[in-house]
Amino acid sequence: MTNGNFRMPSGGRIDRSRPLRFSFDGRNYSGFDGDTVASALLANGVHLVGRSFKYHRPRGIMGAGPDEPNALIGVRRDQERYTPNLLATQTELYEGLDAVSQNRHPSLEKDRMAVNDKFSRFIPAGFYYKTFMWPRKAWDRLFEPRIRAAAGLGIAPSEPDPDSYAQRYAHCDVLVIGAGPAGLTAAMEAAKSGAQVILCDDRSAMGGSLLAAKQVTIEGAPAARWLAGTLDSLAGMANVTLLPRTSAFGYYPHNWIGLAQKLTDHLADAPPGQPRERLWQVRARQVVIAAGAIERPLVFPDNDRPGIMLADAARTYLQQYGVAVGRKIVVVAAHDNGYRTAHELKDAGIEIAVIADIRGDSPVAARARQAGFRVLTGAAIDGTSGKLRVASITLTSGRKRETVACDAVLMAGGLTPSVHLFSQSRGKLAWDEHLQAYLPDQSAEAERSAGACRGHFALDEALADGAEAGRLAAEAAGFAFRPAAPVYTCAVAHPIGGGGHIGAAPTSDPAKPKAFVDWQNDVTAADILLAAREGFLSIEHVKRYTTTGMATDQGKLSNINALGIVSEATGRSIPEIGLTTFRAPYTPISFGTLAGRARRDLLDPARITAINDWAAQQGAVFEDVGNWKRAHFFPKDREDMHAAVARECLAVRERVGIFDASTLGKIEIVGPDAAEFMNRFYVNAWMKLGVGKCRYGVLLREDGFVLDDGVVGRLAPDRFHVTTTTGGAARVLGMMEDYLQTEWSDLDVWLTSTTEQWSVIAVQGPKAREVIEPLVEGLDLSPEALPHMSIADAQICGVPMRLMRVSFTGELGYEVNVPSGYGAMVWQAIWERGQAHGMVAYGTETMHVLRAEKGFIIIGQETDGTVTPDDAGLAWAIGKAKPDFVGKRSLARPAMTDPDRKQLVGLLTRDPHIVLEEGAQIVASGAVGASIGHVTSAYHSSVLGKSIALAMVRGGRARLGERLEVPMPGGAVAVDVVAPIFLDPKGDRVHV
Amino acid sequence: MFETRIASPFSGESGAITAVAPLGRAVLRCREADIGRVSDKLGLALPQAACRSESNGPNSALWLGPDEWLLLNADMQDGWVPGLAARLDGELCSLVDVSHRQVALSIDGERAEEILASGCALNLSLRAFPVGMCTRTMYARAEIVLWRTGPRSFYLDVWRSFARYVEALLREAESEV
Repeated sequence: MTNGNFRMPSGGRIDRSRPLRFSFDGRNYSGFDGDTVASALLANGVHLVGRSFKYHRPRGIMGAGPDEPNALIGVRRDQERYTPNLLATQTELYEGLDAVSQNRHPSLEKDRMAVNDKFSRFIPAGFYYKTFMWPRKAWDRLFEPRIRAAAGLGIAPSEPDPDSYAQRYAHCDVLVIGAGPAGLTAAMEAAKSGAQVILCDDRSAMGGSLLAAKQVTIEGAPAARWLAGTLDSLAGMANVTLLPRTSAFGYYPHNWIGLAQKLTDHLADAPPGQPRERLWQVRARQVVIAAGAIERPLVFPDNDRPGIMLADAARTYLQQYGVAVGRKIVVVAAHDNGYRTAHELKDAGIEIAVIADIRGDSPVAARARQAGFRVLTGAAIDGTSGKLRVASITLTSGRKRETVACDAVLMAGGLTPSVHLFSQSRGKLAWDEHLQAYLPDQSAEAERSAGACRGHFALDEALADGAEAGRLAAEAAGFAFRPAAPVYTCAVAHPIGGGGHIGAAPTSDPAKPKAFVDWQNDVTAADILLAAREGFLSIEHVKRYTTTGMATDQGKLSNINALGIVSEATGRSIPEIGLTTFRAPYTPISFGTLAGRARRDLLDPARITAINDWAAQQGAVFEDVGNWKRAHFFPKDREDMHAAVARECLAVRERVGIFDASTLGKIEIVGPDAAEFMNRFYVNAWMKLGVGKCRYGVLLREDGFVLDDGVVGRLAPDRFHVTTTTGGAARVLGMMEDYLQTEWSDLDVWLTSTTEQWSVIAVQGPKAREVIEPLVEGLDLSPEALPHMSIADAQICGVPMRLMRVSFTGELGYEVNVPSGYGAMVWQAIWERGQAHGMVAYGTETMHVLRAEKGFIIIGQETDGTVTPDDAGLAWAIGKAKPDFVGKRSLARPAMTDPDRKQLVGLLTRDPHIVLEEGAQIVASGAVGASIGHVTSAYHSSVLGKSIALAMVRGGRARLGERLEVPMPGGAVAVDVVAPIFLDPKGDRVHV
Repeated sequence: MFETRIASPFSGESGAITAVAPLGRAVLRCREADIGRVSDKLGLALPQAACRSESNGPNSALWLGPDEWLLLNADMQDGWVPGLAARLDGELCSLVDVSHRQVALSIDGERAEEILASGCALNLSLRAFPVGMCTRTMYARAEIVLWRTGPRSFYLDVWRSFARYVEALLREAESEV
């Protein structure tokens, strides 16, 4: 190790033949293949990686895994690819990686906001609940904007994410979460039974704690060899899926687990077009959680300087990455695991200045002394010094206080089982007095925990516990294998041992405030004591008041110590205080993973008709109608919508137009009781509708309000062709099925959606017959043979056709239904034929104007769920003699027959150039008072040369001829109330 | 004369995903008591086990519900459904031609299950979804009928307007290595 180089000359699982260059905050460093950003920075002697959230104190790398609270970095790949808030401990190094620190300005070494640390006594826990309260207005203008600017971690990327993200559903018999010792044996045991097994682990290499095992043998083989052999065996089994770099982030009902798999982030050059991450949604018959345990820090004054870290992390950096975290190290221990770390570091030649055990004398302490360590027992930790890196620690043991120079302090506070996923699955935790830990107790799902996450920390115990869990899981999934799982014989040079401490560590100077409990949210022991003093008893309240455990690490390091402090301050036991609920995700996952392929054009299905491509080629402007893409208008020569619609309307009235009505809902109703069903469902009378005839049908909800409408044709005595609105198709079919299955199961009738069987080509205008007649075979189109409101099956262009002579324009019109595979062909044939007659293609906007000129309502425009048939001027459609129909009873309520209900009327503006605004309110002329109605539709009619509007007005039909006003920001607009029909009131144009 | 070829909404071909040539399709509904007679007249035993199919020559019946079957005819002709209707004359049932309502893709090969798993939440392993099994389900946000026609072959029927949405997602899944 040379100056600034903390890489050990040998050891670790890194590939020293593959050096990698990378940069951090603009400075260049080198590392090796197999490093994380954290291990590579430590190898370069860099501990300082961030500034804390609130006080902007310098912070270093604390852990080696997902529990890391400080080392949040941003990684930039290129202009578009910037990811903030990545854990340096989980970010694999690649050639050219460009990382930056966060929450500092202008640099890590000199941070302007560090002044917060000096004023920290003015910003205690809950300070924002107590200050900024006055003056009220200052909150909006002054306090909130400044707090927002100061808050938050990292900078959100500003460019659209150029990467793609994949999703996959998967099913398995046994899902094993975590590939440490217990997870490996669980997967192996389950797989041997023949069960389909998925084994996932959030690290790049599987093995968990075995990756850092030193002087350990399993079944006589070195741990590394046993691990390689086990992974080879698993990889060779066809029924096993291994998912490294895959975090099980959420446990959802019925053993539905969310996995986030990182696919390309570890590569310098990601293969183009390949997804960056994949969301797995796994449905597992049985789950084995082998999530391991997390080491706890110790809470003592100034325990947050860079260089102060978790003991087991230091051991991992040494054994897995060949990195010394310091040259002169102090271990503060409340658990025997600290001794293991001290032994292994010393064996590697690293100086351990002292082991300070806050506990009394013990066999492990005696063994350590024998091995040449200086060990202080019954130690109190009084503080540390050092500006951007720890330089010394002050300890008191017995009566002697001393300050020990060091460049790293390792904390071994005990082990906290990772119960996050178990807790998410709604399993009940139980407090284990002996282990001083919450352990999984009653399961709510088909799962079991194994290994360290249920308190089996020793290697042989974890291996055996995993194997048994795997065996039981497979058995529960229906795979009997063998009556007992194997046990494993292990030889371990330095056992993990026991012990642990919860709460603040002993210190001879308890008044010193900065003893951190939650590093990520800058919560100190004093903050938690303050909350307890102010009367917050429940841990849920303490959490919210102090924000402990509320950072992105979800208190992986802090929760249990916070509990201990509250327990000590209030004299209540830890089980009495409870534990906060863990929520998904276990570690942050990207929005991209959740969105998957549902972006841009694939966000939602874009439903397109068979004629869509033709319309697109013609330059149509489209609008969304539900999921459908519909041609809105067809601009020519840079026309705007107004000009295009004016031209399209005139052409339809004068000549002929063609319109894609394919999106209309269509339902074929078949059976001997078809007419009876129609009679009960629609307001109209159907029994006497002749075969080959059409009728306009109106459908109500049970409350008597109009739900949907459409033309219905009778194809045969037992067969109806029903059309619905575009948006109402699924709703109407669903309601029909509901009635058939629950109310009228006695009827012999069946429903089939035919919406997409047919392309519907509306040909409308005086020339409509001339256009289609030559194309039609087997049907006489003369007005006598096929009058308005007729339906017939025939042929057009050599393919089957269902022709409806109907009109939503008030002109002579046909709706040519052809099987949709022929839709484009028939449309093209009609279009070509129509050119000799001046045919135009028109879109939904022209359709709206033309129907408004005729006063035809549109569901959802004139109706709003509070309109009766009579309100809409459709009382004529009701079959008066029918005994019943859906909504009939409601129509008889007095409120539904009130003559002052809003009724459909037409409005003409005094100034014909003014087009009213749809939704505008209407008042009586000259009167100041309440609205008496509202405008439902308003257009400029190029045919009539003036603006027209439809409106719902109180007692409207009695107001014909009255002058009303539509108040607008620029002044009231005077309107005359007229009948809701502006063109051809007798309907002569349609009967030709 | 007119080119009466049936247009396909699909955009192309690729290794595992191909557009199926046009088929005849009909939705048949009838009561349980009539299944035997209707089957006889169709010359095709309507399956009564849930999510199972029966085939006879070019004709297949896919169980979609206790009283609902999707009938398929591989030799698509406009006259197929009227012919069936004539055979069923007098039976208490509903037969509706939906030949053009849906279009079909076939997904074949070693990765067929995996490609479909990009948007279909069902367990498609051979054990859980054997050859001949069929179901009406969802692929992403579109309703489909999925039918396993071989150990590594699936038939996917989708309403025509959703065809490109489903095709685009399947091809993206196929492009993942």
